[in-house]
Amino acid sequence: MDWFFQQLINGLGLGAIYALIALGYTMVYGVLRFINFAHSDVLMLGAFSAFYIAPKIEKVFGSQSVLACVMVFILAAAVCAVIGMTIERLAYRPLRNRPKLTVLITAIGVSLLIENTAQNERVLGSAPQAFPQLITERAIHLGNLVISSKDLLTVLVTLVLLAGMWFIVQKTRIGTAMRAVSFNQQAAALMGVPVDRIISFTFGLGSALAAVAGILYSLNSSIEPLMGVQPGLRAFVAAVLGGIGNLPGAVLGGFLLGLLETFAGGIEGWSNYRDAFAFGILILILLVKPAGLLGRSSVEKV
Amino acid sequence: MPLIGAKRWLLVGIALAIVASYFSPQFNRYYLGVAIDVGIAIILATSLNLINGHTGQFSLGHAGFMAVGGFFSAWVSLHAGNLSHALWYFPLSLVAGGLLAALVGLLVGVPSLRLRGDYLAIVTLGFGEIIRVVAQNTEAIGAASGLKGIPKLTTLGWTFSFAAITIYAISTLVNSTYGRGFIAVHDDEIAAESNGVDTTRTKVTAFVTGAFFAGIAGGLYAHHKQFLSPTGFDWLKSIEIVVMVILGGMGRTVGVVAAAILLTVMPELLRDFSEYRMIIYSLLIILLMLLRPAGLFSFHFKRRSQS
Repeated sequence: MDWFFQQLINGLGLGAIYALIALGYTMVYGVLRFINFAHSDVLMLGAFSAFYIAPKIEKVFGSQSVLACVMVFILAAAVCAVIGMTIERLAYRPLRNRPKLTVLITAIGVSLLIENTAQNERVLGSAPQAFPQLITERAIHLGNLVISSKDLLTVLVTLVLLAGMWFIVQKTRIGTAMRAVSFNQQAAALMGVPVDRIISFTFGLGSALAAVAGILYSLNSSIEPLMGVQPGLRAFVAAVLGGIGNLPGAVLGGFLLGLLETFAGGIEGWSNYRDAFAFGILILILLVKPAGLLGRSSVEKV
Repeated sequence: MPLIGAKRWLLVGIALAIVASYFSPQFNRYYLGVAIDVGIAIILATSLNLINGHTGQFSLGHAGFMAVGGFFSAWVSLHAGNLSHALWYFPLSLVAGGLLAALVGLLVGVPSLRLRGDYLAIVTLGFGEIIRVVAQNTEAIGAASGLKGIPKLTTLGWTFSFAAITIYAISTLVNSTYGRGFIAVHDDEIAAESNGVDTTRTKVTAFVTGAFFAGIAGGLYAHHKQFLSPTGFDWLKSIEIVVMVILGGMGRTVGVVAAAILLTVMPELLRDFSEYRMIIYSLLIILLMLLRPAGLFSFHFKRRSQS
């Protein structure tokens, strides 16, 4: 039983990160109908910006203080929001009305470009680097269960961001515009919604979430230019699992995948297949419900 | 039997390959290696062109099928002993690897080809990754450390003979009455279905045929490099093949073959700039999509040859 709850806690921590990344994928898919392959690299860039920002911030606000931690998150998110908007402006906007496949391949190209540029020794270098300790490492004991302060931080930050996201999308003017663009881009444009600006904003928001997820993901490990690939792929699977384009679906898919992966990884002999696990689930779900768990299946117009 | 069109080219191709193979011991070993790489790339690109180009189903898992064929034929060769010296052995083991890849293609294709566009791309990517992870955990084929000491059976002759057969088989298939179904599915699935084309079956056929030739390419690759590692067949390898198809212009056989040659030779020429090679490569993909989305060689020649 202890094993079960311990895995549950670990799974929630991992799932929270997947949920944050999956939101970025699903939002971009919602407004532009294509998979932003470069999203996982924005996550990596977020972790690296925190890596470079953290020592400077900690000099001012004191090491491992709450204020410094918050500042690092905000600054890295801001850097990534700008990066995300730039990518959209340079690579995707010129392709706005081209076939979806063209945009998809461009996205793969952007992803490869970021990864390979970052791996160059003169840029970031391919050697893994230790991530700074943003918060004090502390273990909270609940009976036989151990909750690390990092897991707690991850879940807390995720919950705050999810609430913030819900507020932005449902209650603000720009969120309404986002939903309108995702519902019907042409009609939204006719109603006076500035489509280009909304899409740019969506990219910024998604990239900021990816940056936060990147920092949370790096808390327990070192960082390197290819670190985004695996969590990115899993989060993408999570987004499709929940029904791509559907925000609650992405969160549900993220947590579900995190939990399933942790539980399956805890079973003796299964851990070697972890990389294949997410895809196995994805294929099973898509065969039963091609639109994902919460997705609407659309009727095709002839 | 009159030798018309494609059939004549098939015979010319095979004859040239055999003649070249006869003289190949006198060639520089490095150039010979690159030439074989080119031949394998041609097979891979042409076979993916059937799926991505002619039939319009975006598959990102071609390297997975290549891995299945490669590992199987290499495993057979390592257990065949003296048998592998026989002349008939090598093509047979390649075809066996191709058939297994085709079988896997059938297993992958039947469920996933119900999906479209992005979803299909992701599912095929997922299957490619699953194949790689399974290979990494199968002791019989060396698990994560891979297979070593595979006999060097790939020659210039075999490679280009199979390349010629691949091009011939796929272009005649597409130009046959049945093959019109592929193009119909590519152009408009709903229209094709209402005109009596069994779209699912057509897509699966394209998928299985493509997987078969990818398996053969995998076998040639295994007996050329003499070493196989599962990590060599990750999705980057699949992307590499996809880029060849796009660069050549989807569904244009001549263009795709030219792109396969170009993209295999170019990294060798850029060897001095190896540090920037992948950066240039990815920039090339982006610029190509922005400036020439129909392929580098898309001039106004006839789109497909007459049947």
